[in-house]
Amino acid sequence: MNYIPHTELEKKQMLKVIGVSGVDDLFKHIPKQLRPKSFNIPEGKSEFEVVEYLKLLSRKNATDLTDFVGGGFYDHYIPAAVDALAGRSEFYTAYTPYQPECSQGWLQAIYEYQTVICELTGLDVSNASLYDGGTALYEAAMMAIRLTGRKKIIVDSGVSLIYRTMLYAYTSNLSIEFVETPVVHGQACREDIYKHLDDKSAAVIVQNPNFFGAVDDFSDIVERVHKCGALAIASVYPVSLGMLKTPGEMGMDIATGEGQSLGIPLSFGGPYLGFIAVKKEHMRQLPGRIVGATVDKDNKRGFVLTLQAREQHIRRERATSNICSNEALCALRALIYTSLLGKAGFAELARLNYQKAEFAKATLDKVSGVKVKRSAPTFNEFTVCLPKNADEVVCKMINKGFACGFPLGRFYKGLDNYLLVAVTEKRTKEEIVQFANSLEAALCS
Amino acid sequence: MIIPEDLLYTREHEWAKIDGDRAIMGITDFAQSSLGDITFIDLPKPGAKVEQSKWCATVESVKAASDVYAPLSGEVLKANTELTNHPELVNKSAYETGWFAEIKCSDLGEKNKLMNSAQYKEYVQGLSK
Repeated sequence: MNYIPHTELEKKQMLKVIGVSGVDDLFKHIPKQLRPKSFNIPEGKSEFEVVEYLKLLSRKNATDLTDFVGGGFYDHYIPAAVDALAGRSEFYTAYTPYQPECSQGWLQAIYEYQTVICELTGLDVSNASLYDGGTALYEAAMMAIRLTGRKKIIVDSGVSLIYRTMLYAYTSNLSIEFVETPVVHGQACREDIYKHLDDKSAAVIVQNPNFFGAVDDFSDIVERVHKCGALAIASVYPVSLGMLKTPGEMGMDIATGEGQSLGIPLSFGGPYLGFIAVKKEHMRQLPGRIVGATVDKDNKRGFVLTLQAREQHIRRERATSNICSNEALCALRALIYTSLLGKAGFAELARLNYQKAEFAKATLDKVSGVKVKRSAPTFNEFTVCLPKNADEVVCKMINKGFACGFPLGRFYKGLDNYLLVAVTEKRTKEEIVQFANSLEAALCS
Repeated sequence: MIIPEDLLYTREHEWAKIDGDRAIMGITDFAQSSLGDITFIDLPKPGAKVEQSKWCATVESVKAASDVYAPLSGEVLKANTELTNHPELVNKSAYETGWFAEIKCSDLGEKNKLMNSAQYKEYVQGLSK
């Protein structure tokens, strides 16, 4: 690839136009100590040399570990058809449709994706997708603030710390009061939530299953929340909805979640997929794009962007959100993935995850020194207490070929010996037994 | 274009019908016909405080969202919830069934900043020239 830099003359001309004496001046707002000392860029290399170098670099990644790590992102099998279909150039090379109605194929795909999300969550209206589970939760919180005109949000600490951090970072310049309530015996503490719930509360946010893997039925909380005139928001793991009570069935106003598990490969930093679905009565405050179905003048079915007056290209500073894009390609993958599984297949997927995790719990329980936490039911992820620091155990297990779980001490104070273990449908019985044996060995050494 | 004589008007095309310290408000016939088919109205909520010439409601037509400003300051007593399911009432009858809200006025002196029907008629005619 050719790289053609600006000539010195061009640079001088540009700097003159903006009234700056040198390129360094453009960076003067960044403190010196925060700037890189050097870029350490070697002399020019050939394409071949660069490719070889990157290949070597990539070998530093461990790609063959048997994966028991979850924490919000899961190692599910992705059927080959997902790559084949989503990789078609009609989809893969198309940028966001600025004249959306010209792209009927895309709009149909997004419309069907929205339908899938509504069916999974048991709610009425989904948007065309958001960036990831964390930004989706932020948008849900802002919806609650707009709908209630209140500024206090109660967040159960069973909600992923990643999401909570994003929530606080996004809203750091707004005067929103966040109250975190503790997890007791693995579950949301009702007593504490009710203590803080009042006529100033905009929403209560919970997660199912929560970060410890515990499954809960939040119907009782939802009822209390509604009595206070607040909204109930749940961040959910979509695969679990193949067998668990849906947010809709619990009476939730808004459901959000990370859609990575629906046919999107694990990768450091994404791109992933945020989904959000709401009750119909809240749809005017739903952020982002929404695709609707209609008929044209010849009475043929067609698709349009609908409710656009909420969006910033029309409503400007009072738009429901400044999001003006969506994760169309990832949403398409989720649509293809769920369509390939079908309703029965999706339920079976959930069952497999649950049963394999239960088998893993029983197997790990037999490892001496390991205690599986059983204070609450779980789906495909659970917490174990180790006799040693979980971080150290994780390091030892990598040498034995296992990514053995997420050390909870990283997110929760005082839980240094606790490990979060996820078991998806990909894990075989043999792998689970080997995992238990290796863990036993790792704990002895 | 209908411009009833007993109402007061703003330059932003809202109308107010004052009765004692209360005022009913809405948007004018000129406003509804310029907007086209109205699909949704975000009404002021009862109990909300509104301020003259400040935002109090939003009207959505198919591809536009327009702000509606309060003709008078005060507290919202009632909103026309019929409009939630039947926003087209504003197109059909901007001054009767298409009213937006009833306000308890906090400063009736603000009346002086509004136009009477003759002034508003002249103002609208000026706009279309």
